[in-house]
Amino acid sequence: MNQLQNFTKGLIKENPVFVLLLGMCPTLGVTTSAINGLGMGLATLCVLCLSNIIISILKSLIPDKVRIPAFIVVIASLVTIVQMVMEASVPTLYASLGLFIPLIVVNCIILGRAEAFASKNNIFSSFIDGLGMGLGFTLALTILGAMRELLGAYSIFGLKLIQTDGIIVFVLAPGAFLALGFIIAFINSLKKTA
Amino acid sequence: MAKIESSFKNMLLVLFIISVIAAVALAGVYGFTKEPIEKSRTQKQQDAIKMVLPPFDKIEEEKIPVDQETTESDFYKEMGADSITLFHAFKDGKEVGIAVETFTNKGFSGKITLMAGFTIEGYIYKVQVLTHAETPGLGTKMADSPFKDQFEGKNPQSYKLSVSKDGGDVDAITAATISSRAYCDAMQTAYKVAFKN
Repeated sequence: MNQLQNFTKGLIKENPVFVLLLGMCPTLGVTTSAINGLGMGLATLCVLCLSNIIISILKSLIPDKVRIPAFIVVIASLVTIVQMVMEASVPTLYASLGLFIPLIVVNCIILGRAEAFASKNNIFSSFIDGLGMGLGFTLALTILGAMRELLGAYSIFGLKLIQTDGIIVFVLAPGAFLALGFIIAFINSLKKTA
Repeated sequence: MAKIESSFKNMLLVLFIISVIAAVALAGVYGFTKEPIEKSRTQKQQDAIKMVLPPFDKIEEEKIPVDQETTESDFYKEMGADSITLFHAFKDGKEVGIAVETFTNKGFSGKITLMAGFTIEGYIYKVQVLTHAETPGLGTKMADSPFKDQFEGKNPQSYKLSVSKDGGDVDAITAATISSRAYCDAMQTAYKVAFKN
């Protein structure tokens, strides 16, 4: 597999949210607005790239039987670092993502990519894989967040389009499932015709 | 490079080394970000005080211990807080207002913190929502006009700080009565703490 394929597979063909359905907790929880989705996606992207690189470096040093605890320690440390850096540099975004940043630790995508890809491939491929998957995740969260913000508050990236209340259910938890369901249905129908 | 064998010694050693490196990295980043985090927190507090009070040039902090507040002691115990912070604002040596960092746990999704500003005569000047976890689109409106504006210039001595459904003078937010009640509750606490003497 060449590097370009390696990069693009995370964006569309193996998109973590729309196709693999991994990491649903942050996906459904934070995407109340486009900017929240984008912020969460970028934080995950950052952790994913770094964890893929580090695990790829360490792969031959970690005995097989303890690989999962070793991966978890690496990922948890990276998430905590990202959390502290975010709180220091972008406090407003940190306040709105709040609880979900520490939850990146248990995001299946990160451990999943570490186990399925980074522990078997070289550093550069692992980095590209993390970048592709992370961007795919960011893209998915931003689309979902934009859709929910548009329907739920009639605004996009905080810019109010119509000065009334939106369909509030889309900002609440059930709206997340609804919006995600429709997006996945749409993507599946596209795949069928293609 | 061949994979390291999964012997007990190897596993122990590798996990230990990884943990140590992780700990060192975390400690380093913590030290590095501690100051900006602290700064942004106090900055936020200072901004909020400035927003809810008439112009001032000096601030004095006062912590009111909770056990002095006898009327609702259970409520404080529940919150796990031991004091409420008052900020006395002075202009040209004269006290012009009091800002209170007040809170309630009666919100729709838990704790709400407000910065409530009072003039020295006891009138509400302005109020700022600091933290909350209310429902987006419903309870979050407590931070917007017209709900927050109706408090301005009112004196809680004559203005009953509860929603009209409960016989008070506050118009609740449509479909967010619980959030409105919680807001009133926090304001009531603030007034009590600031002007009980």
